[in-house]
Amino acid sequence: MIEVRDLVKQYGDHVAVDHLSFTVEKGQIYGFLGPNGAGKSTTMNIMTGYIGLTEGEVIVNGHNILEEPEAAKRCIGYLPEIPPLYTDMTVTEYLRFAAQLKGVPKAERAGQIDRVVELTHLEDVTRRLIRNLSKGYRQRVGLAQALLGFPEVIILDEPTVGLDPKQIIEIRDLIRSLSGDHTVILSSHILSEVQEVCDQVLIINHGKLIASGTPAELEQQLSGSSLSLTVKGEDAEAVRALLSPLSGVTAVTVKPSANAGELDVELSCAQGSDVREAVSSACIAAGVPILMMKSADVSLEQIFLEVTDDDAAQPVEADFAGADGTDAPAEDAGEKEEPEQ
Amino acid sequence: MIAILKRDFRSYFNCMIGYVFIAVTLAFVGIYFMGVNLVNGYPYFSYTLASTVMFFLFCIPILTMKSMAEERKTRTDQLLLTAPVSVGQVVLGKFLAMAAVLAIPMLVICLCPLIMRISGATGLASDYASILAMFLMGCMFIAIGMFISSLTESQIIAAVGTFFVLLVLYMWDDLLNYLPTGVSANMIACLVAIIIVALLLYLMSGSSTLAMVIALIGAVAVIAAYFINSDVFSGLMSRILGALSVTAVLDNFAFYFVFDWGGLVFYLTVTALFVFLTAQTVQKRRWN
Repeated sequence: MIEVRDLVKQYGDHVAVDHLSFTVEKGQIYGFLGPNGAGKSTTMNIMTGYIGLTEGEVIVNGHNILEEPEAAKRCIGYLPEIPPLYTDMTVTEYLRFAAQLKGVPKAERAGQIDRVVELTHLEDVTRRLIRNLSKGYRQRVGLAQALLGFPEVIILDEPTVGLDPKQIIEIRDLIRSLSGDHTVILSSHILSEVQEVCDQVLIINHGKLIASGTPAELEQQLSGSSLSLTVKGEDAEAVRALLSPLSGVTAVTVKPSANAGELDVELSCAQGSDVREAVSSACIAAGVPILMMKSADVSLEQIFLEVTDDDAAQPVEADFAGADGTDAPAEDAGEKEEPEQ
Repeated sequence: MIAILKRDFRSYFNCMIGYVFIAVTLAFVGIYFMGVNLVNGYPYFSYTLASTVMFFLFCIPILTMKSMAEERKTRTDQLLLTAPVSVGQVVLGKFLAMAAVLAIPMLVICLCPLIMRISGATGLASDYASILAMFLMGCMFIAIGMFISSLTESQIIAAVGTFFVLLVLYMWDDLLNYLPTGVSANMIACLVAIIIVALLLYLMSGSSTLAMVIALIGAVAVIAAYFINSDVFSGLMSRILGALSVTAVLDNFAFYFVFDWGGLVFYLTVTALFVFLTAQTVQKRRWN
């Protein structure tokens, strides 16, 4: 559907997009994720032909955006970060203009305008001047404009900014209903939104693609899995010694729980291994009752923070180790004090 | 392109600009028409028309100032440039919309020679030819104004810049009178022009040898021409620059009753050049 190969965009010395390559498949919803200034909007602007590129190529539906710009642009509906609205027009006038500009045949124009107005819930404001609309309505007019002509690819730059929670849910439902017939690419820095709406996530930082995949894949791929337990007992070292040798367990931390006589255990597991069964048999064999066991959820948020961390050169694990190290003496002291009590 | 033409044309009448432009133009032409033709009975409307060119200097910048600058400021250019139309079509659509606004007062003005006709013989042919020349000159000014508007995001800067450029064009013939006509002064001007061309070549190509060779050939040619026939240089600058006078063409129509084909082609060429340059400015910004 869309192929981006080795895309580079330079503004003077500043490299906004740095050898970015990815492929977008038909009928799915893609989420562009990245901190501010990561190059999300620049990439979208290049894909839609608004600005040129320094190196590389963008192919939309088989049309190179530079060599056949009109054929490529015909396949794309675009809602930029700031909706491109003529404030001196009414909503209907504006949509009529956009439809004509996009080359929607005259016979279909009225029908299509009615349909996008219905989809974006703009029925009440069609006769009002865009100048007088609130930010949420303006955003929806921009979205309606992007949908006009029902192009195969719909690119939305932060589509839910400025909307109230109810509108956000409506727009998400709308975006979800578009997948299948349309390919949707949206950018966002609201992680829950991406997690909820998108089939595929592309995480970008400093103009580079850092990670991609389905939200579930990313969670697995990037963090492995981890398990948290609460067991009865007071001897942290014994529990550690019990669980560490199990195959698939890569790290064990044991802390006294808030409740006396209980221990909180965090297990890091190797990718793709399921250690729950082994853990429970080992505990039963050793006579350590398990009070609670659950897979710790690693949210997209954590992944995002992890991979977009500017000190990423320093391994992420090292950070945790450091944190544990500083906490450790206090814990040890706690463990020593407890028996005295 | 039609969509952009229609939208821009309508937008001039969604705000005051379109109405003000038409009202002011008609008011000034009307006052001159009354004074020169109706009260004093001068039988040629073309004369009145040529005297009102000055008001174009004020009205055209008001019309053109927002054409490109506002699109950039409100980011609506993103809609136009990501739609399946070429940059050339966008610019042409905008230009034609402004030309259409200009056509409205010009069509109303077409009634004036007919009013004069009621009270006696007039030069209808030369009057209408002058109106045509005036309209094409207005289109040329619009193209220039649109180009200046494309260079900036600020409508004020666009309007003031356009006004000064049009003012220089209006005073062109008078300014030329101050150019020296002597042989040596013109020869020096030629040498300076060659150096500037060589410098531009150097900046564009980065090749110093090419620039030096061009400069040397030019200098040798100018000096040789000076020794062979120095008369070539007398009044050369005013002759070359005089050919670019825009008001001279309208004067030919209005005062000498000459249908100046060359002049109309000149107007159309400059118009096309500035429409092209506007499209290039937009393109250049995309690639920065």
